[in-house]
Amino acid sequence: MFSFIIRRLVSAFFVMFSISVMVFLIFFATPGVNPAARIAGRSASPQVLAQVSAEFGLNRPLPIRYALMMWHLFFKQDLTSYVNIGVKVIPQITGAAPVTLSLIVGAAVIWLVVGVALGVVAAANRGKWIDPLIMFGGIAAVSIPVFWLGQVVSLLIQRKFHSVFSWLPGSGFVPLTQSPWQWALHLLLPWLTLATLYAGVYARVLRAELVNAMNEDYVRTARAKGLSERRILIKHALRCSLVAVVSLFGLDLGSLVGGGALLTEVVFGLPGIGQLTYTSLLNLDLPVIMACVMYGAFFIVLASAIVDVLYAYLDPRVRVAK
Amino acid sequence: MIALGVLVFIVTACLLAPVYANSIAHVNPFPANVQGTIRLGGKTLSVLQPSSVGLGVTPIGPTWNFSTYFLGADPQGRDVFARLLYGGRVSLLIGFSSAIVCCAIAALLGMAAGYFGGVMDWIVSRVFDIVWAFPVLLFAICLSVILLTSGINILFIHIAAGSLLLPILIIAVVYVPYVGRPVRGIVLTLREREFIQAAIGSGASDWRILRKEIWPNVAPTVMVFFPMMVAFNMLTESSLSFLSVGVQPPNASWGTISNDGLQLLYTRPWVSIAPGILIVLTCAALNVLGDGARDAFDPKAKLRGGA
Amino acid sequence: MPMSVATATSDAVLRVRDLRVSFATRQGLVRAVDGLTLDVAPKEVVGIVGESGSGKSVAMYSVLGLVRDANAQITGSVEFEGREILGLSDKEMQPLRGGQIGMIFQDPMTALTPVYAVGRQIVEQIRQHTDMTKAQAKERAVELLAEVGIPDARRRVESFPHEFSGGMRQRVVIAMALSCNPRLLIADEPTTALDVTTQAQILDLMGRLRDTHGSSIVIITHDMGVIAEMADRVTVMYAGRPVESGPEVDIVRSPRHPYTWGLLGAVPRIGERSERLATIPGNVMSPLDVPVGCAFAPRCEYAMPACEARPEMRGEGHQHACWLSDEQRVAIRATPTKDAP
Repeated sequence: MFSFIIRRLVSAFFVMFSISVMVFLIFFATPGVNPAARIAGRSASPQVLAQVSAEFGLNRPLPIRYALMMWHLFFKQDLTSYVNIGVKVIPQITGAAPVTLSLIVGAAVIWLVVGVALGVVAAANRGKWIDPLIMFGGIAAVSIPVFWLGQVVSLLIQRKFHSVFSWLPGSGFVPLTQSPWQWALHLLLPWLTLATLYAGVYARVLRAELVNAMNEDYVRTARAKGLSERRILIKHALRCSLVAVVSLFGLDLGSLVGGGALLTEVVFGLPGIGQLTYTSLLNLDLPVIMACVMYGAFFIVLASAIVDVLYAYLDPRVRVAK
Repeated sequence: MIALGVLVFIVTACLLAPVYANSIAHVNPFPANVQGTIRLGGKTLSVLQPSSVGLGVTPIGPTWNFSTYFLGADPQGRDVFARLLYGGRVSLLIGFSSAIVCCAIAALLGMAAGYFGGVMDWIVSRVFDIVWAFPVLLFAICLSVILLTSGINILFIHIAAGSLLLPILIIAVVYVPYVGRPVRGIVLTLREREFIQAAIGSGASDWRILRKEIWPNVAPTVMVFFPMMVAFNMLTESSLSFLSVGVQPPNASWGTISNDGLQLLYTRPWVSIAPGILIVLTCAALNVLGDGARDAFDPKAKLRGGA
Repeated sequence: MPMSVATATSDAVLRVRDLRVSFATRQGLVRAVDGLTLDVAPKEVVGIVGESGSGKSVAMYSVLGLVRDANAQITGSVEFEGREILGLSDKEMQPLRGGQIGMIFQDPMTALTPVYAVGRQIVEQIRQHTDMTKAQAKERAVELLAEVGIPDARRRVESFPHEFSGGMRQRVVIAMALSCNPRLLIADEPTTALDVTTQAQILDLMGRLRDTHGSSIVIITHDMGVIAEMADRVTVMYAGRPVESGPEVDIVRSPRHPYTWGLLGAVPRIGERSERLATIPGNVMSPLDVPVGCAFAPRCEYAMPACEARPEMRGEGHQHACWLSDEQRVAIRATPTKDAP
């Protein structure tokens, strides 16, 4: 088990390293892209460009620049932005992280509960009208672009049903510590928007897994034991189907925390990691980009590892193999 | 099936976009039409009307008249409906093309990794891990930001900055692991089965085995993934375009139209909402098709991305 | 072995009358079980024997209501201890399943839920049918595991199914099925998936348990050897129909149906040297092609024009469904051939 963990850590580190190199190369080694021009502005004269290059160490060999950036990012932690000169990168990340986390945690709770419940209901009522209804709902949910859903929701709330929903804010973020009620209120719509997509996916995945499980031999044994259908579905079939959902959840969560929720953040004006990454990408603010990317990759890799561990917990057969 | 019908309808409608624009509506949906007028019910109306609220101008709303400005005008006075049809061609083109490219690359890499194993497998799996470790959208934005301003000029490959090939390739690439991993998983299990061992034992060349034994078993899975990928790719493209890092003007896609209409969200909601509706319909139809394909090919199939 | 009389006595544990199970498929109607009649007396072991596809498993599944296919049509009568149970709802069947009627399935490898410890699964069944507390039920589970021969039962009650070998797993399944002292135990090919040595042990165990728990057993198998060892009475099935039934001794010593001859001929006997293993010519037919007359006629060496009409089970005690007259039968059996017993 120990060697397994070590190997896992090594490959995780390797993945993160590769990502950082890849991002760095994309932004600095792609022909035609000149970061100095970015920083100095479009119409800067050659002298200004040269000055900027020297100042930011942009005329040094690639590997050195990479090493320098990593150094400043991780060890000295004083990496500064290219665009907002002098503003440190790390605090930007730590400031944006709680926003993203608030969004994701809330949405995750909603989509897990709703998705699992709908999946169970659909599987339990297989063949009756409610099953295809839920499944179709799931397909619709998956086909909706997040930004569009956000628009529609905003439209309905702000315009059509304004009188009913006037208490719901349109956008913006209020920290939890400032006012829990406002925090939740401001996040309610983003939560629902983000959760819709994933609830659809989970309901469908779970239903498929449950239907498969209900055809397994051990379900037949459970029935022959005289257990109620409900108990069989929930205690036996569901328990065995959770594994698929858990691994999916872990990966989705990791991806979202890493900045995958950016559309929701942009539409609802939440200053989270996603939005930070997006604006920094548009501005070609490489230090911020690097920091965001490393932050995101870390969580994705972490989530992947946690999922593996949870897998072993949920399915005892896997423990033996490891 | 209904889904197929919906899809065919939408595709045909979009393909007929020029017909509509030229013969029916007599508009050119691309250049700005700020000064234009239309005839409606005998009256001549300006396309951009003075706003009833505050300053500025408001484009006219939906006329619900099929021959002219059916859904109204966008901030630049252009016919939204005609733009939707043209935009649909772009969105559909990108969706289908990148799905084809994605599935092709994924199938090749997946088969190579699963069949040859060893170093090849390790490399391909690491590549999959790294590409997939990025949230899909972020990665696509990343690549787009760089490539859209300058195009690709590597060795003999020159792609102009405004070309549609760029979004197609970018979106295709970021989704390769999604299809590639399951393909690799299937090939891995296949390789251990007796008929492959028999084929190897009888001296068949690798290429022959891949073509005749492995591919027929992988193909159904790829077929099932295909409609899903078209849907995903269209969603990604629309998101990218919405964020202005996808399709670039003068081309339009459903995502860009939606973006155009943002400022009008509360006064002329149709400009932004209509493209979204079309996207939902098309993707839902594609997903239903994908489910149907899966049921047809293998009722007990479990499509999961293996490690 | 005591010979019990297979009459419709009111104290029969199980009475099956003209059970028919058919499935509507795209290719047509499949009659999986076509008129099975069976009695099981208390403390009796009844064997149902036939090839795969003979409908023997489906028949017993439908007794417990385990046939969940929406396209299935089940008719006939099944009485358990005098009470009609065919067609009862799930809720009404639940006290019977696992409580009064226990069932063992063919493949021990997949019969247990993989994510729960075996003890927990046994306790679940016990608590479903009795008022025992968790602790009491767990004690009972340990006792049961020890009874079926699991060493170190107290520790292994916490083990997961995959930590047991096939034979051990089947013992666990047997322990679980017997946990509530059912009056009837249905065993569907309990030893087919196991090796010969384990097979002997399991059969031995089941025999002993029959004596200690007092349950009747219905054992389904394709192996005449198992029948010879375990069964008091036998019903032979072919293509969903019963073709012969009676006391095991009679069936083995003087079988009357050509199919039974084939089955017995296929059992290599010690002391006999045959030049090659006897097989029954032909293949099991597709369930869609069952002829209107005698189902076995296409493969039967002795088929006659009369066989175009379906034979019904005839006789007292030892019944058979064949048009061969007694004289014809005696003549055939007197001729020494490789395949006749």
